[in-house]
Amino acid sequence: MATLELQGLAKSFDKTAVLHRIDVSLQDGEMLAIVGASGCGKSTLLRLVAGLEQPSAGRILLAGRDIIRLDPAARDIAMVFQNYALYPHMSVFDNMAYGLRIRGLSKAEIGRRVQVAADMLGLDALLARKPRQLSGGQRQRVAMGRAIVREPQLFLFDEPLSNLDAKLRVQMRAEIRRIQRNLGVTSLYVTHDQTEAMTLGDKLLVLNEGRPAQFAAPMEVFARPADTYVAAFIGAPAMNFLPATMGEGGVVATLADGARLVLTDGARPGLAGRKATIGIRPEHLVLAGKGGGDAGGFATTLDLAVELIEPLGSETLVHGMLMLDGTSLTLVARLPGGPPSLTDGRLRLGVPAAELHVFDGETGKRVEVG
Amino acid sequence: MKNRPDYVAHACLLLGVVLFALPVWLVFAGSTQDSNAIERGEISLMPHLGGLGIYPDVLLHGSMGSAPVWHMLMVSFGMAMAIAVGKIVISVLSAYAVVFFRFPFRRTAFWVIFITLMLPPEVRIIPTYAVMSQMHLINTFPGMTVPLIASATATLLFRQVFAAVPDELVEAARMDGAGPLRFLWDILLPVSAANIAALFVILFVYGWNQYLWPLLVATTPGLDTIVIGIVKMIGVETQTQWNAVMATAVLALLPPVVVVVAMQRWFIAGLTEGDK
Ligand SMILES: Nc1ncnc2c1ncn2[C@@H]1O[C@H](COP(=O)(O)OP(=O)(O)OP(=O)(O)O)[C@@H](O)[C@H]1O
Ligand SMILES: [Mg+2]
Repeated sequence: MATLELQGLAKSFDKTAVLHRIDVSLQDGEMLAIVGASGCGKSTLLRLVAGLEQPSAGRILLAGRDIIRLDPAARDIAMVFQNYALYPHMSVFDNMAYGLRIRGLSKAEIGRRVQVAADMLGLDALLARKPRQLSGGQRQRVAMGRAIVREPQLFLFDEPLSNLDAKLRVQMRAEIRRIQRNLGVTSLYVTHDQTEAMTLGDKLLVLNEGRPAQFAAPMEVFARPADTYVAAFIGAPAMNFLPATMGEGGVVATLADGARLVLTDGARPGLAGRKATIGIRPEHLVLAGKGGGDAGGFATTLDLAVELIEPLGSETLVHGMLMLDGTSLTLVARLPGGPPSLTDGRLRLGVPAAELHVFDGETGKRVEVG
Repeated sequence: MKNRPDYVAHACLLLGVVLFALPVWLVFAGSTQDSNAIERGEISLMPHLGGLGIYPDVLLHGSMGSAPVWHMLMVSFGMAMAIAVGKIVISVLSAYAVVFFRFPFRRTAFWVIFITLMLPPEVRIIPTYAVMSQMHLINTFPGMTVPLIASATATLLFRQVFAAVPDELVEAARMDGAGPLRFLWDILLPVSAANIAALFVILFVYGWNQYLWPLLVATTPGLDTIVIGIVKMIGVETQTQWNAVMATAVLALLPPVVVVVAMQRWFIAGLTEGDK
């Protein structure tokens, strides 16, 4: 049971900087989900914490103690690897017991811990099997079990579910969360699946090419993404972006086709007269009445040339093109219910003023009211 | 496809079997027959069961003043084992160092090992003899085996095998607290067991068949290997006891065959199994 603090953690391989100044602090028992595109340094971050790699700068405090100089085995950290990394020649029992034997635990204690973990994970009947006699999901459980029996201060998960099929992934996701909660072990969980990140994490760290783009609670990241990268990454389908120009006073954004969006939630004086990016999530777009105009409390309405309709049962995804002054923009809307009826292959969508996100057109950073 | 036997293929295979088995059978049949008849070329394909007594004879007493065959078999077995085990131990350790550790001149070390591939015992036989002589190892068991143990082939093979071990497995063991030697013993060797077994078979046969080096370095009859013993039984001036020579040849075949058959399952797994 421990707090974890990463202070200015950085890593370069030779001359290439892979991680830049990561600051994170976690309370005892919290789970941090780390997301980002492939190659952004998620695994590297875990490996730094595990001690498999030495950082170029920064500190790692586990339970208030700087562990940078400690060997991986001395750090009291257990890791679940993406490919499970089970010892192929050992039985399930031995796979879990190996680390405990090396640590010199008594036979009775090893047996007890393995039994507890096996019960927790439903591995009881499989203890004598070799890894190759197990299904992918069972191997995944053994890898979890190997971490659990160590009773460490910190769990590290590196995309543990990425080799499982979709259904099993959802099931294991819930199970990991339940087990982690019950054990109360502080955890880092790397994934590139934003659903996993949203549901698993108490906190969310979004990495963008080795830089921390945002570190906050998942709902906070969803509701107030720090920049366009985070906004596009969190939420599926991804947020729509509309290029615009801010008027004087930073209250009215003008799209390229001349449509005006009034930011009813407040002015962004910092952006006045500059380029802005307006973000709107697909699920926030709503069907506008046939009437047209700015009716119905929308900031504006958009005339979408529909290209593809994907009915998902309880909701429908509408993909379309938006012509803005010669340039075309793809847009996705997520509408409740079945497919909407089109007129001439077009659909009028309203943009509710309350759901707009405003980003700086140049830096991509979120711009708040005031 | 019609479901009938492929006669051509079967005929080819049968021919192959006959081609390989006939000489061996001939030797076995000959070993039970009269030496003079063999000398005259009157060798029959049918073994004479009454002549089987030659086997205990050569086993216990040898022929033409050679050491008893059981003793020569022991020497050969000892040499083949020492070479096979020695080579495996040395090359596992050197490959382990080259693959898993970062140390200065690691590449150089690897290339030096690699270059020895071009220097098999036959090429360096005179300098090797000189070294053995200075170390007073002529006519000793270590003198027969040690120069044949140093080898790059096995090191290269293990380098490939070890390089294929996933990094994550190594890291999992590190996090479990396994030190280098423990990792080698608990994880790496068991994981490579099939390859080790396959290599053992090949090296055992290689060691068993050694001729030139033992001929040179071991001149006392007590250190005669079975291969050398057979040659010594073929007298130049005196009458050769051909049935005894053939019986010895049959006996010399048996240990390698036993090793190959006993390790067959592993052997094939090691040669065919790509990744584990
Ligand atoms: N040992 C290394 N030497 C040099 N570069 C490395 C090394 N390990 C990782 N990198 C580089 O660091 C970057 C981040 O790698 P990392 O494995 O952390 O990515 P990741 O976010 O885990 O990606 P993925 O989602 O694909 O697993 C990559 O560009 C990679 O090429
Ligand atoms: Mg990774």
